[in-house]
Amino acid sequence: MKLIKAIIRPNKVDEVKEALSKVQIAGMTVTEVRGHGRQKGHTAVYRGREYEVTLLPKMQIETVVPDHLMETAIQAIITAARTGEIGDGRVFVLPVQEGYNIRTGEKDAL
Amino acid sequence: MNQADTAWMLVSTALVLLMTPALAFFYGGLVRSKNALNTMMMSFISLGFVGVAWAIVGYSLSFSAGGNYIGDLSRLGLKGVGLEAQGTIPHYLFMAYQGTFCIITAALISGAIVERMRFSAYVIFITLWSVVVYAPIAHWVWGGGWLSKMGALDFAGGTVVHVNAGIAALVAAIVIGKRKDYPSSSLLPHNVPFTLLGAGLLWFGWFGFNAGSALAASPSAALAFTTTFLAPMGTLVVWTLLDYMRSGKPTAVGCATAIVVGLVAITPAAGFVGPMSALALGAIAAVPSYFGILFRTKTSLDDSLDVVAAHGVGGTVGALLTGVFAQKALNGTADGLLFGNPAQLGIQATAVAATIVYSGIMSFVLLKLVGAIVPLRGAADDEDAGIDLSNHGEEAYVHGESTAMGGPGMHLKSSATALRSEMA
Repeated sequence: MKLIKAIIRPNKVDEVKEALSKVQIAGMTVTEVRGHGRQKGHTAVYRGREYEVTLLPKMQIETVVPDHLMETAIQAIITAARTGEIGDGRVFVLPVQEGYNIRTGEKDAL
Repeated sequence: MNQADTAWMLVSTALVLLMTPALAFFYGGLVRSKNALNTMMMSFISLGFVGVAWAIVGYSLSFSAGGNYIGDLSRLGLKGVGLEAQGTIPHYLFMAYQGTFCIITAALISGAIVERMRFSAYVIFITLWSVVVYAPIAHWVWGGGWLSKMGALDFAGGTVVHVNAGIAALVAAIVIGKRKDYPSSSLLPHNVPFTLLGAGLLWFGWFGFNAGSALAASPSAALAFTTTFLAPMGTLVVWTLLDYMRSGKPTAVGCATAIVVGLVAITPAAGFVGPMSALALGAIAAVPSYFGILFRTKTSLDDSLDVVAAHGVGGTVGALLTGVFAQKALNGTADGLLFGNPAQLGIQATAVAATIVYSGIMSFVLLKLVGAIVPLRGAADDEDAGIDLSNHGEEAYVHGESTAMGGPGMHLKSSATALRSEMA
């Protein structure tokens, strides 16, 4: 099992969600996050003071997939979330040791 | 007794009372979310403590015969205030109407000391301030005191309310000192829509404040209504153009501030100047307040919500320009500089200077006095956690259904204990 963490543009969440469901990946956790990579940010002005906004709003999608679906899922996310501009985001893949369903107590098959 | 006058003044009183909750929204939106409730409470609490002080002693000191400088105690506890006519309206109503002014004036000061002043010290301060500072100045201008005898023009409280609160705010910001994080961190407004809502409600209430100050449903009230309608429009246009020229972006916080500055500036002039003069007055008033805010942010003065620039500077400009634009043909009282009476400008300047000196000194003395009894500031930890949690035991925004979802202060032992005992 792998945990896929995708940090994407907020306006791409629906497209990524749809792309994942097309490859039979339904479960996910979505979190509002802020961060920056190569993207520079912008300037905000409040009462004459200027503030550099360097941490930009992004959405983080986390989903756990069986090993054989990993490549498909990654490609689905990248295709759906890409605009080609700086700031499209990142995808990380982490190994998952075990997983349980709280309602049934069942352990996930690896 | 006149029934039309009474009806209008009943409405006006309610309109002005609404301005204090409106101010709570205006100020509340401008602070960080961890201090939102405290900031709004600083306005709301004035409805309680200052209102009670007004009924017990403030009204008497403001509006009884007394002398040139202060009223007497003959109307202590509203003694002798009844259904009889005061002017053309019931005396009760006159007292209530004037009380709404006292309440909002005290609340205005809070904008300079938000996010750090201890709530209990603030409550004691504004309650005493409403009696020791507001009441005498109201007496000078409206209660038959020396400024009214001298012929100072202040239709609805440019000096009594705005210069007065502005100077008290300046003194309070200096005595209490700046916020722990000022100016190192970004102290950003957490809800600008609240601030716009507040500005809109303030404008609405201000029709009662200014047009109600005619104390009658009269042509004078209609003139004050019209100038209150026009002046902020002039301010808003100039302010927006200044924003465009400076940064290319007209800000919403700037828009809300401009409306308040225009309203403040027209307050002393409302029933004394013509409509085009009101537009000009509003437009001119934008400039010093706009650059006042820009200048302030470069200093170490943490007048957090710019009470000095909006009310102190705006009120001073308005009071002086009243002496320029006043038109006897309209107000039946006095002409200003533009209509052949330059002396009026000198009288206006005297009224402003007297207010600055008295309010400045007495506010300082009161703050030192209160500070000797209750520390004016909370602990540094309280400021980090937010005054909402540390002083009120509440948060403005709790997400989720668990105390674990609480804000930055939830790790504090004292706050967590308070919450736990509340839940038990």
